Amino acid sequence: MSVIIVLVIASVVVAGGFLLAFIWSVKHGQYEDDYTPSVRMLFDDESTANKSHSTNKPKK
Amino acid sequence: MAENKHATTVLTCYHCGEECKDEDFVIEEKHFCCFGCQTVYEILQDNDMCAYYDMSTHPGVNRRVIADTRKYAVLDDEQVRTSFVHFSDGTQSHVTFYLPAMHCSSCIWLLEHLHKLDPAIISSRVDFPKKEVRIVFLEKEIALSKVAMLCDSVGYEPLLSLSDLEQKPERSFQRKRLIKIGIAGFAFGNVMMLAFPEYLSGAGLNDPALNNLFRMIALVLSLPVFFYCADEFYISSWKSLKNKYLNIDVPIALAIIITFFRSLYAVFVEHGAGYFDTMNGIVFFMLVGRYFQDLTYKTISFDRDYKSYFPLSVSVVKKGEEAQKPLSALENGDIIVVRNQELIPADALLIKGKGQIDYSFVTGESEPVDKRIGDLVYAGGRQVGAAIELKVVKEVSQSYLTQLWNNIDVSRKDDEKQSFVQILGRYFALIVLVISTIAFAYWLLQGDMQRALDALITPMIVACPCALLLSATFTNGNAIRYFGKFGIYLKNAFVIEKMTKTDAIVFDKTGTLTQSNTTSTAYTGETLTADLQHKIAVVAAQSTHPYSKAIARYLGNTTLYGVQHFTEVQGQGIEADIEGTHIQIGSAGFVRMPNALPQEHGVAYIAIDGRVQGRFTFANKYREGFERMIKSLQNRYTLYLLSGDNDADKAYLSAYFPADHMHFNQTPHDKLRFIKSLQLRHKNVMMLGDGLNDAGALQQADTGVAVAHSSNFTPASDVVMDVQQLTQLPALFSYAHTAKRVILGSFVLSIIYNVVGLYFALQGALSPVVAAILMPLSTITIVSFTTGMTTLAARWVMGKRLAE
Repeated sequence: MSVIIVLVIASVVVAGGFLLAFIWSVKHGQYEDDYTPSVRMLFDDESTANKSHSTNKPKK
Repeated sequence: MAENKHATTVLTCYHCGEECKDEDFVIEEKHFCCFGCQTVYEILQDNDMCAYYDMSTHPGVNRRVIADTRKYAVLDDEQVRTSFVHFSDGTQSHVTFYLPAMHCSSCIWLLEHLHKLDPAIISSRVDFPKKEVRIVFLEKEIALSKVAMLCDSVGYEPLLSLSDLEQKPERSFQRKRLIKIGIAGFAFGNVMMLAFPEYLSGAGLNDPALNNLFRMIALVLSLPVFFYCADEFYISSWKSLKNKYLNIDVPIALAIIITFFRSLYAVFVEHGAGYFDTMNGIVFFMLVGRYFQDLTYKTISFDRDYKSYFPLSVSVVKKGEEAQKPLSALENGDIIVVRNQELIPADALLIKGKGQIDYSFVTGESEPVDKRIGDLVYAGGRQVGAAIELKVVKEVSQSYLTQLWNNIDVSRKDDEKQSFVQILGRYFALIVLVISTIAFAYWLLQGDMQRALDALITPMIVACPCALLLSATFTNGNAIRYFGKFGIYLKNAFVIEKMTKTDAIVFDKTGTLTQSNTTSTAYTGETLTADLQHKIAVVAAQSTHPYSKAIARYLGNTTLYGVQHFTEVQGQGIEADIEGTHIQIGSAGFVRMPNALPQEHGVAYIAIDGRVQGRFTFANKYREGFERMIKSLQNRYTLYLLSGDNDADKAYLSAYFPADHMHFNQTPHDKLRFIKSLQLRHKNVMMLGDGLNDAGALQQADTGVAVAHSSNFTPASDVVMDVQQLTQLPALFSYAHTAKRVILGSFVLSIIYNVVGLYFALQGALSPVVAAILMPLSTITIVSFTTGMTTLAARWVMGKRLAE
């Protein structure tokens, strides 16, 4: 039965990893603005189409 | 004449999309309505940023009235600066500006490309729902005031107000709650999974070691939930107990604590399964409920006071020099300069210039008030015309207008205690307590100690008012969401309940029932020749009085012709000579009408060479659908009308309001007192208003509804309603009533579940399995019932609205 013990612990650890990922994303404000990123991702195409020397966008 | 207007094709501004009415600026075959719009276009063109105009048509913001950029100078004041800059490492600074003009994806694009306009800007990021832009810039190369001016120069005026100086910690609170939900959900899911084998096998697994391990993991996972996630329930119930008052969190906290310790007892003493999954479930579902309850509209502030209405700074004259001073530092005796379209921030004496103060936002009176040197000018008015100098006599927080905010009964704002959900929850907890004590006594008499204890404790686990509370939270939460789709934004869930209690509705007239800044003009009298019409229009265009402006607009063409001997008699009328024709426009007395009435509002007479030809009448334009709305509200509610304006419309309005329910020439304080007097007669009052003059009344009313125009200021209120939606008020009420019915329906459902749970618990036979099934099952059915019903109701109400 010891294999079940290993599996249970492994499953809890994996789930814990996702929990940490969630906490990280909340702390970095990923749930704060749920609209602007959807618009922003369309911009790069626009500006490269219009401009030849479009410099790479600064990171956030 | 009307045909004349339509013959010319309507030119719209390339930048903002408004009609080019009076002026027309053209560059590269593109038309602009004003110099401001043209300037923005030129800036963008110079920087190769015309992609702005490709994304949406006419993305710009009208720039006809440009704010004085000198006001940004105050941002370089060290104290003000530090309160705006939220991060600085010596080279880079981060600042967040609130830009209410932001409205489309083009705006986002432009504001995120500010670095192209000025190399000292490193980056900028927009938070569209909040209408904020966060700018990172090199503080050595560009001053904060220049950053604000840059935003302003492309058409986005940063709104700087005193209330921004007081930071808001609300953001971290929501984040903390999300994290709590995450942890509780994680624990709930995993503990549930670990409990399954035990439930399915009947009574424990064959392997005691495995059994023990599962229980230990469940216990460990529950610890953070019990000690961290649920802390707000303990804190809130402790606070309420200290105030000798039982709030809804008390039974919840009790249920959580009892479940936790009962489980510890089960695991360590009885060596059986605990109720850990049930406890985690309670915490998880309650937190989710709270999260939805607190979800409000990010962009809308419901608690604005005068601080956000006034600008951040004001021009102060000191030893002949003008400097910017933060409003909070303004003192008695300071000499301030107020320019065209600027607000007067404090009660002050006029010492230089001619005051033409537009109090429309404060009092609802639509005509500017004349002030002469030595007159006292109240704060809140807007100067129209040349700059004036004033001497401050009262500090900002002490002025007549701001006193309104200090006049409110604070006691009545305790919404939560009055909520019937709270009351029901409290009774519910008491009833459960009584029943379980009876059961305890019963089993004790039977001599079964173990059962007696179980019967006392376990009812709290199943009968926690969890489902009861969730039904209200989810119904109201979903209803608020649908209200939002109507363009009606509610401060919180309690507002829905308060609306259902309303029995008296008070309307403000100006700007609420009437369309602001639009008057319908009509002419009666002898027919005017085209030439005369033209001349009258030219004379009328010389004056800034609203009636003159309305006449000029009505007659159109105001160009050519030299005007001679133009004189304006304040409050009476204007006269002038044009090519030998003497034209007088004004009151009956002014044009020397025989048997003139002493006071007439909304009328201007026309006299040509001393002979009265006819008169113009001006009427406020009422909103479309206004009549239908009043008709359908009339039967169920008592309606009142309060107006800061004169009673010119009294005759028209008497068709809708009883004569003694209409009050004109009301000061802001009168309005507040009127609401109070209604409340003293045990009326539950809803007040609808739009301006600062209604601010006091809106706060005093049981439900304050701020009607929002395109302008970004709305006074503090419970509801912010888009002005276009005003006539949907009856639908709003019927939806609020539906929401209440849905809550009652789901209460019945949750009581059924509770009776089932109590049936087991009172026998002292509530096994962990039963609790584990009952808790999530009841929660899920109730949540889906409430959301389903409110969605259906919303569809129905909306469908009806479309059919109209």
